[in-house]
Amino acid sequence: MSGTYLGMPSFPEAAGKAVRDETLRGNLRHATHTIRDKRAKAVSELVDWPGLREAGKQIKDRTLRHLDDYLVQLEKSVTAAGGTVHWAADADEANRIVAELVKATGEREVVKVKSMATQEIGLNEALEAEGITAYETDLAELIVQLGEDRPSHILVPAIHRNRGEIREIFARTMSEWGRPAPEGLTDAPAELAEAARLHLREKFLRAKVGISGANFMVAETGTLVVVESEGNGRMCLTLPETLISVVGIEKTVPTWQDLEVFLQTLPRSSTAERMNPYTSTWTGTTEADGPKNFHLVLLDNGRTATLADEVGRQALRCIRCSACLNVCPVYERAGGHAYGSVYPGPIGAILSPQLRGMESEIDASLPYASSLCGACYDVCPVAIDIPEVLVHLRERAAGRGGRGHRLEKAAMKAAGWVLNHPAVLAAGEKVASKTRGLHPKRLPGASAWTDSRDLPELPPEPFRDWWKKNRT
Amino acid sequence: MSSRDLILARVRAAVADAPEAAEVSRDYLTSHTADDPAAVLDLLHENLADYRALVHRTRPAGLPALIARLLAQRGATQVLAPMGLPAPWLARAAATRIDDRETSTAQELDAVDSVVTGCAVAIAETGTIVLDGGADQGRRRITLVPDHHICVVRAPDQVVASVPQALPRLDPARPLTWISGPSATSDIELDRVEGVHGPRTLEVVLLEG
Repeated sequence: MSGTYLGMPSFPEAAGKAVRDETLRGNLRHATHTIRDKRAKAVSELVDWPGLREAGKQIKDRTLRHLDDYLVQLEKSVTAAGGTVHWAADADEANRIVAELVKATGEREVVKVKSMATQEIGLNEALEAEGITAYETDLAELIVQLGEDRPSHILVPAIHRNRGEIREIFARTMSEWGRPAPEGLTDAPAELAEAARLHLREKFLRAKVGISGANFMVAETGTLVVVESEGNGRMCLTLPETLISVVGIEKTVPTWQDLEVFLQTLPRSSTAERMNPYTSTWTGTTEADGPKNFHLVLLDNGRTATLADEVGRQALRCIRCSACLNVCPVYERAGGHAYGSVYPGPIGAILSPQLRGMESEIDASLPYASSLCGACYDVCPVAIDIPEVLVHLRERAAGRGGRGHRLEKAAMKAAGWVLNHPAVLAAGEKVASKTRGLHPKRLPGASAWTDSRDLPELPPEPFRDWWKKNRT
Repeated sequence: MSSRDLILARVRAAVADAPEAAEVSRDYLTSHTADDPAAVLDLLHENLADYRALVHRTRPAGLPALIARLLAQRGATQVLAPMGLPAPWLARAAATRIDDRETSTAQELDAVDSVVTGCAVAIAETGTIVLDGGADQGRRRITLVPDHHICVVRAPDQVVASVPQALPRLDPARPLTWISGPSATSDIELDRVEGVHGPRTLEVVLLEG
């Protein structure tokens, strides 16, 4: 994985800066709390949520156990449906394949659907080096691209920006990339969305090459699935003549029926909706509808190394819903950039060091970017035991000793930041104790799952205060 | 060694010692709704409206007048139609009918006001309509580029309660578009805004009987 941001400091250093940025913390707090509450409500509508969660976990585990067979089956199905399959062992190879496919069309610009895989391999930068301009068309990705910024959330990459900042970015930079922002643009979300619509429409209507990822690939049928909200995905998937999809090998599911699980759990976990506004599925090419050429690039880039780790491989179940980010107290305070990867938050803390290896300071420190509170495991729709993997990776980081003196220091510093962040921790405890009477005894929602679980009772005063009174 | 063989070899080595995975237990419901067509249709109506689709109900005799009225309210002068759209649906419309053709350009579609289609199936629990490119639905792009989409759902035949009931009725070999409410974004402070790139107005007609 080549996605390490250049010169990225270790997690505690980056997080230390981020927690002092009040705008960032305000933006993040507002956003994560909004989505967190909505998600709980969307999930409580399905009384069989625990069954769906278990089935999702089992489908993914079974796929991973026989991934070689399913990949060969997928290749056969896609090819039979008129697509071409390419295999990329690492980021460089994937980028080279895509650049060559684009050049073969004679085009010099492409439109892109938001995709974590292409972020991970640094595709836009690789294409730029070959003289090809990649236009991000998801609103949040557009905000990040125009702002020469980095994504900080899996689902909402510009979550760290508020409307005022977005207005300023659009007004200042849209003209450099195409149609300028309308005169007198305000910071009303509807106006900002309209500005993006006008700016991008001219690009969609002339685009000859589209690039996407995929949320799922069905081995049995060769079908790819993209889940989205805005319609930019549909534009890129259907208007161009050539479509190139870059997809991690772990996105495979065996059967068409398996989608019934994930199309219920993914939208509710990610945007807290019963269903996202648009889902597109396609199988190879279709006569007289959509792209005439379809290429699928199957990406390894550290995934098989992750698969080899018996504890860590469960990270490959991830369906990128981002629910774990929204409940994480560390993510909420540190922000996505501190994780130094396109995969931030709890899932990033276990995925990035496994995909990239633990040689860099940032990767050695990521397993410590957690308080191990377990909220991420509770919300995960495929039941990834993130705390278990974090502890496992801490052992690996600590075991690096010897040559890794520098890394060990980074790891210890990270542990210190989380375990010993007294201002944040103590403030939280005090508020919790003072408002004890107001706390619900049970989780909200009417499902069997929440009915059978109690919230832990809060102590009358924080341990720190008790210690101060009684022992000092 | 090709990258294909390399990746497959790495996968095999990685899982060589892994225990066999459990059979998938499909211990979840295939529907969350009572098996009553009227209740399922009401739920579809409610969930479509909750995600800002405009929902109308009519019987076959009232459909041509309803579609004509919806187009007139939008001031539509041109209406895009798939080749297999039943002729009576647009019989009373004042707007000029434009056929879905392979040769039309994206710019031409952009100049059209409205599009009218049927659907393959509708899912009540999620408020979703699914298009499969059938004769009364046309190419994927015609329901994407124009700003106003009217979709007719035949009840009860095309209405199911849940996602698990919808998938077996759909052919994965065809390109599918699942639509739940109009285009929307939550990318700005997680405030939901309807209408970014797809149609900003989605009207669903529930055709009963």
